[in-house]
Parts: sequence; structure tokens; C-alpha cells
Amino acid sequence: MLTIAQAWAVLHQVPDPEIPVLSLCDLGIVRDIRRNGDDLQVTLTPTYSGCPATEVIEASVRDALAAAGAGPVRLSTQLSPAWTTDWISEEGRRKLREYGIAPPEHRAETTEDGWQILHFTPLHPACPHCGSKHSERLSQFGATACKALYRCQDCREPFEYFKPI
Amino acid sequence: MAEIDNKDLIEYLLRLGDSTLVLGQRLAEWCGHAPAIEEDIALTNTALDLIGQARQLLSYAGELEGSGRDEDALAFLRDELEFHNLTLTELEGGDFGRTVLRMLLFAAYQVVLWQVLLRSTDARLAAIAEKSLKESRYHLRYGADWIVRLGDGTEESHRRMQAALEYMWSFTAELFDRDEVEARLAGVVPSSDSLRSAWEGIVLPVLAAATLQVPTVAGYLSRGKYGIHSEALGPLLAEMQFLQRAYPGGNW
Repeated sequence: MLTIAQAWAVLHQVPDPEIPVLSLCDLGIVRDIRRNGDDLQVTLTPTYSGCPATEVIEASVRDALAAAGAGPVRLSTQLSPAWTTDWISEEGRRKLREYGIAPPEHRAETTEDGWQILHFTPLHPACPHCGSKHSERLSQFGATACKALYRCQDCREPFEYFKPI
Repeated sequence: MAEIDNKDLIEYLLRLGDSTLVLGQRLAEWCGHAPAIEEDIALTNTALDLIGQARQLLSYAGELEGSGRDEDALAFLRDELEFHNLTLTELEGGDFGRTVLRMLLFAAYQVVLWQVLLRSTDARLAAIAEKSLKESRYHLRYGADWIVRLGDGTEESHRRMQAALEYMWSFTAELFDRDEVEARLAGVVPSSDSLRSAWEGIVLPVLAAATLQVPTVAGYLSRGKYGIHSEALGPLLAEMQFLQRAYPGGNW
């Protein structure tokens, strides 16, 4: 039987299907692991309501825990508190940058305070390739809902930016 | 507090869940057809968010109903008259201008509504609202961005945005039409008429910045949330439900 700490260690190795450099734990979507009799109870939270990776994530959590000999696993989904990019670990941010995705530049809470519909100043996230802040937004949505599309005006490389939410 | 009747909550969840589902389907129609790939991706990502919200709302409705209908049964096996979405969400998308205008009108409504539902005495509905609010804010910004660009753009883009507004505006009255279901759910859900001023506070400045004239409409009230629909919903459902109707229980 796995201990809780061992179960966390297993999930630290399970990659996110959309951004495989990040583990599910780096992303902050594993909210809780506890024992419930013989069952291991794992609580996950989705990034976005429509995230198409949700089912793949659940399957990979089950597979990884089964392979580690966890015994019966019960998964549950928790919507509140709602996932925020603030939960992406420091380690996760570093890995994102190395992967070519600019991590969120500020805390989502500050976005909420300064929330404006019009004339909101798009940020100029640092290009993950050359570090330049001279970037421009191409689209509010990237290949997945959680990212926006930018272009670096210095090294001319396009890059994705993980939106604070 | 008076005990609430689950029937009322189910009805409310269907109105909200059907509205997000139907608009999600409308936006998904743009997949492969938007004017640029960035917009294609934005519209379909928004569709995904809305369909994800619909899944939460319809699952909850199905569980309360307790007769074994899940989110899929509710989405794919109900007929037109059983859908209780706002008429605004089912109208044909028309051109890109009309599509982004509706996104603005509906996202503003969702943002205002989620902000109240966050404090609902129903914990599950409050959790759905908390999650969805973050997404709806991005939809709202996207819509607002385009309304201003097109409304305050060229003569042609202004003409088309104004036409889109004339077409859509009369369907917004339904968003704020309160009824007995809501009244009986006081504390759990807000009264629709109480949302209007906050909604106008978001929408009117955007329309003004876009140099668009708000139409004056006299008294028309659409009735989609009571199951009385425009001619646009039938064909939408035929497309959306085809597979489950033709191959019942089909799974992959």
C-alpha cells in the first residue's frame, strides 16, 4: 500500500498531456490525496471548464497509481476554490520558460483587482527565447484556452503566454 | 429560509445550461471558417469553455432530477420544446460581427450573473459560478475588443456592426425577464431584472466606444427560456444531436 507521500511522489512524475514538461503537481491541479479505508482518494481540479485534457488526466492518474501498486483509487473533481495560475509552482514556471512558453507574469488576484473590459493594457511578457520585453500580442487565445499568442519583436520568434487566471 | 423545490432549481439549471450549450454549439460552427486562424482558435476555445460550463450545469440538473438522465441524455436526447435556452443564444450566427456582438452581450450577462451566483446558498452552483466567472471575463474582453475595432473601424465594418446590433438587441430583453421560478429560488439565484443595470454598465460603454447607436425597441420579449423558440433552434439541434439519434448510445 502506498503512503500519501509516495502517492504525491508518483503524481509529481505524471506529465500534463498538453504541456508535458509540467507534472500535474507543478500545474497545481492535484488538490488533495488522502486515505479512505483501503481507498486512495485523489481530488483534482480542472484548469478550464472545457479543458479537453480532463479525461486523459484522470486516466493517467489512475494508470500511474495502479502501476505504483496503489490499490483502489477514487477520483473526485472539485471546482472551488477555482484553479488559478498562482498555483503553478516556481519549478513549473522555470520549466515552462525552458519549454518556450512564457509563464504568467503576475498574480491572478492582481488581474482581478485591476479588471477592465476595454483599454486593458495587454502585458508585454518577456520572450522565453531571448528575454526581451519587446513583445506584442497576436491573439488572446492560443492553441489551448489557457494560453495567448505573442510575438517577440526583437528575436522575431512567436511564443505562447500562459494567461493569468 | 423556506425549503426550495428541486423542480425549480432543475428548471433554472436547464435555462442556464441550455443557454451555454446552445451558444457553445453556435460558436463551434465557426471551426475552420473564421476569417483568420487566431479568431478560429479564439471562437472554438470559447465554445469549449461554454460547453464545459454546460456539462457542469446539466450534470447537476440530471442528478437532482434523479431519473438517470446524465449530461449527455439532456444534451442529445431532448427535443426542441424541452430546451429552455435564451432565444439570443440560438439565433443564427450570421457574419463575424454578429457572432462577436452576441459574445459580448452574453458574456457580459454571464459575468454579472456569476458574480451574484458566487454567493448562492447552493454550494455546488456557487462553485460552478466561481469557476466560470474567470472564463467569461476572457470571453467578454475578446468580444469587447472586436466590437470596438469593427464598430469604430471602416464605413463597411461600422455599417455591419450597427446592423448586427439592430438584429440582436431586441432579444436581450429576455435576459432580464424575471418569473416565478426565480422568485421561489430567492437566495439561491438572483432575480433577472436585478442584473440589468450592472449589465448595462458593462455593455453600454463598449457600444459607445464602438460609436454604435443603441436601438430603441418597443416591448418585444422572446420566450426561449419557456421552450418557445425561434425557427433557428431546430436545425441547430438536428446537427448537434444527429449522431446520438442515428446511433443511440454510440460511444468512442
